[in-house]
Amino acid sequence: MAPSTSSGVTLNINGEKYTLSVDHRTTLLDALRERLDLTGTKKGCDQGQCGACTVLLDGRRVVSCLQFAVAAEGREITTIEGVADGDRLHPVQQAFLDLDGYQCGYCTPGQICSAVAMLQEHAAGWPSAVTEDVRPEAGPPPLTTDEIRERMSGNLCRCAAYVSIVDAVAKAATPLEGEAVA
Amino acid sequence: MREFDYQRVTDVSGALALLGDDPDARFLGGGTNLVDLMKTGVERPARLVDIRRLPLDRIEAGEDGGLRIGATVTNSDLAAHPEVRRRYPALAQAVLAGASGQLRNMATVGGNLLQRTRCGYFGDVSRPCNKRVPGSGCPAIEGEHHNHAILGASGHCVAVHPSDMGVALAAFDAVVSYETADGPGELPLSEFYLPVGDTPHLETALPSGALITGVTLPPAPVAAHSRYRKVRERASYAFAIGSVAAAVDVRDGAVHDVRLAFGAVASRPWRARTAERTLIGAQAGAEAFAAAADAELTAAEPLPHNAYKVTLMRNLMVAVLTELTEEAAR
Repeated sequence: MAPSTSSGVTLNINGEKYTLSVDHRTTLLDALRERLDLTGTKKGCDQGQCGACTVLLDGRRVVSCLQFAVAAEGREITTIEGVADGDRLHPVQQAFLDLDGYQCGYCTPGQICSAVAMLQEHAAGWPSAVTEDVRPEAGPPPLTTDEIRERMSGNLCRCAAYVSIVDAVAKAATPLEGEAVA
Repeated sequence: MREFDYQRVTDVSGALALLGDDPDARFLGGGTNLVDLMKTGVERPARLVDIRRLPLDRIEAGEDGGLRIGATVTNSDLAAHPEVRRRYPALAQAVLAGASGQLRNMATVGGNLLQRTRCGYFGDVSRPCNKRVPGSGCPAIEGEHHNHAILGASGHCVAVHPSDMGVALAAFDAVVSYETADGPGELPLSEFYLPVGDTPHLETALPSGALITGVTLPPAPVAAHSRYRKVRERASYAFAIGSVAAAVDVRDGAVHDVRLAFGAVASRPWRARTAERTLIGAQAGAEAFAAAADAELTAAEPLPHNAYKVTLMRNLMVAVLTELTEEAAR
């Protein structure tokens, strides 16, 4: 079989199927933005360092700039356009709105996608680099400010809106308590 | 980026057949290092064989106390696994100390062992680099080397291996399994990375065309009381400037068993065997820990801008061993 440098792929994005032909060099990020008009996902560094391009792949947060589109075939992709439930915002989205978890907003789609998956990781009991005792007997670590900062360190904010971002993530982690207070 | 052929495989024999002996073909795992290097032109493969969906994504906890970790297990799954956290907590800590949540979800164990140095000259195709272009020279020796090697380097290359995971694996005697077209093989991690010498472009002892299939950790009761501590220039999401994986078992005040490995000081995860030998049987305490660190670091050959690492590693090792012994005594 002669080598080919492009392929027809079907991508499953936010529950919809998109069929397109991609040059193998196309990242998932570029396919989303330039080919499929899903421009909510942002390009920051394009080197896997800033987190602006964060999407969910089979429910897990990844950076779409280091993911070739052709290699994402058959996997469930969720972008910022797909995290809300219809007109009802995801609790993380609502918390960012309520607490001004942004300034210019460019990193925000990546921050929100990252936080959505991060809260699931925490709920599943995953430890982090600041977890005092990683042994399973120690139980799941409480989601302190330090834990949120460490777990969200893959998302940079050039406006340094970190204080509000951390507050928003903390609020989204405890939506019931948040409502009781409000 | 050079155009490339892309093939996805679902079994090991298919992966080996597609890679063949083509020097322009590469296995694609999580892509967190390879894709980045392709963007900068350091890597220019003509074919990628995508191994991400091979059935090598399991962690098997042996009844003997050891672990068998598949090559395509992600960093995240490794660090979250209860038996990793119970039997080798320093390994979970090391993995969690590396990269970001997003990258740990993508990166794989096999790829982590094969990741390339973050030396700035290696990553810049406009500059000479003996690792990237053999014989072209090493600008780091006279240039920017504050985060380069103090142990085991040569006049041809002073780059460090960037892995955190590998440091813990080195401390616990990991063995790397691989497959080739001619059959399977194994390499202890201590023999996996080649000495730098005058061939820094030859990094591992893996046979040409081999596919890493997994890593085995032998039972190590001492590892249940272990720690990974990493020093970096910011609090999170940065490569180490020095790190230590340590485990210690003190009985009646004397060191019964100890494991020590250093990160970010050499072209490979650095198992500190001299320090270990010095410590066995010694009275546990700051004095013995410092003497053992000094014994290990006697071999250090720092450059003008990285001599701080000798002191850093000494203090780091003493601090981690002190913490571990004091906690055990409580």
